[in-house]
Amino acid sequence: MQDIWVYLNASPLFHLTLTMVAFQAASWLFEKGGRNPLLNPVLGAIILVVSVLFVTGTDYATYFEGAQFVHFLLGPATVALAIPLYRQWDKVRRSALAIGASLVTGSLVAILTAVGTAWLLGGSETLLASIAPKSTTAPVAMAISQDFGGLPSLTAVLVIVSGILGAMFGPMLLNLVGVEDWSARGLAVGTASHGIGTARALQVNETAGAFSGLAMGLNAVATALLVPILWRLLF
Amino acid sequence: MIGYFTLILVCQLVGEIVVHALSVSIPGPVLGMVLLFVLLLMRGKLPQGLGQTADGLLRGMALLFVPAGTGVMMHCRLLGEALMPLSVALVISTALTIIVTALMMRWLNRPGRDA
Repeated sequence: MQDIWVYLNASPLFHLTLTMVAFQAASWLFEKGGRNPLLNPVLGAIILVVSVLFVTGTDYATYFEGAQFVHFLLGPATVALAIPLYRQWDKVRRSALAIGASLVTGSLVAILTAVGTAWLLGGSETLLASIAPKSTTAPVAMAISQDFGGLPSLTAVLVIVSGILGAMFGPMLLNLVGVEDWSARGLAVGTASHGIGTARALQVNETAGAFSGLAMGLNAVATALLVPILWRLLF
Repeated sequence: MIGYFTLILVCQLVGEIVVHALSVSIPGPVLGMVLLFVLLLMRGKLPQGLGQTADGLLRGMALLFVPAGTGVMMHCRLLGEALMPLSVALVISTALTIIVTALMMRWLNRPGRDA
């Protein structure tokens, strides 16, 4: 038994399979639970995997040797967002001005409310720099955080949590304020919750997915431009 | 299928190369998305196989965040040092961003208004 474990733990197959099985289980639970946002499959799968790693005393580097095959596909999937965007291009072009204005507004709200709330609650300047870019995709957010004296690894945590929060509660909030239009819904979730929000939007509606993917890309640019400007104004 | 997957990888690779060569602060895959989109616009139609390949990748996109998410959850104690301000700020900011962006978009795109 011990031998089998030693063998499995050293091969990528085990942790790759663990990732897939955890996600399948979490998705099953999500469906069984009537798509309750609290049962978000990404969050559920992460909790399952972290529990298994914790119980078996496995470090992240060992886990990632297997999980990297799944992780790698994030790049191609991001490129593939060009396809829903292309299919919705007529709709996007017709509301280009509205998209641009809403996106810049949303990006400003994301940065200012995050920094403002953390500041009011006594967050240090390091903390404020770490949270400022939290709504944009991880590589961009980490680079911005580093530039302004934040902790990139903390920023990565904040980015992922923002993504999961938006995917979990975004649809509920949008119902609450009565926004039914799929393009507005997608744009909002992509602006606040980057790829994780986009993955969720794609599961619900292709228009929402396309606008969410577009917002994710545009917000990477907007955040990279806005944070330096706001930082100079505020500090 | 393999041909179209190769095309997607080539777009990503070109994106990464341009991003690193010009040290711009957008991720390589995002630039790859722009590149593939421009190619599609130039071609004027979406090849069926490319649509299927992309749909296959995107249907499972949520799964792809599990390894990265697991990595950051292993660093959760970073959050612990300032759990209260950070979690309150994340919840408030994410909620307001979604609400304001959606309302703004709906208002600017309201029916009867020529854009």
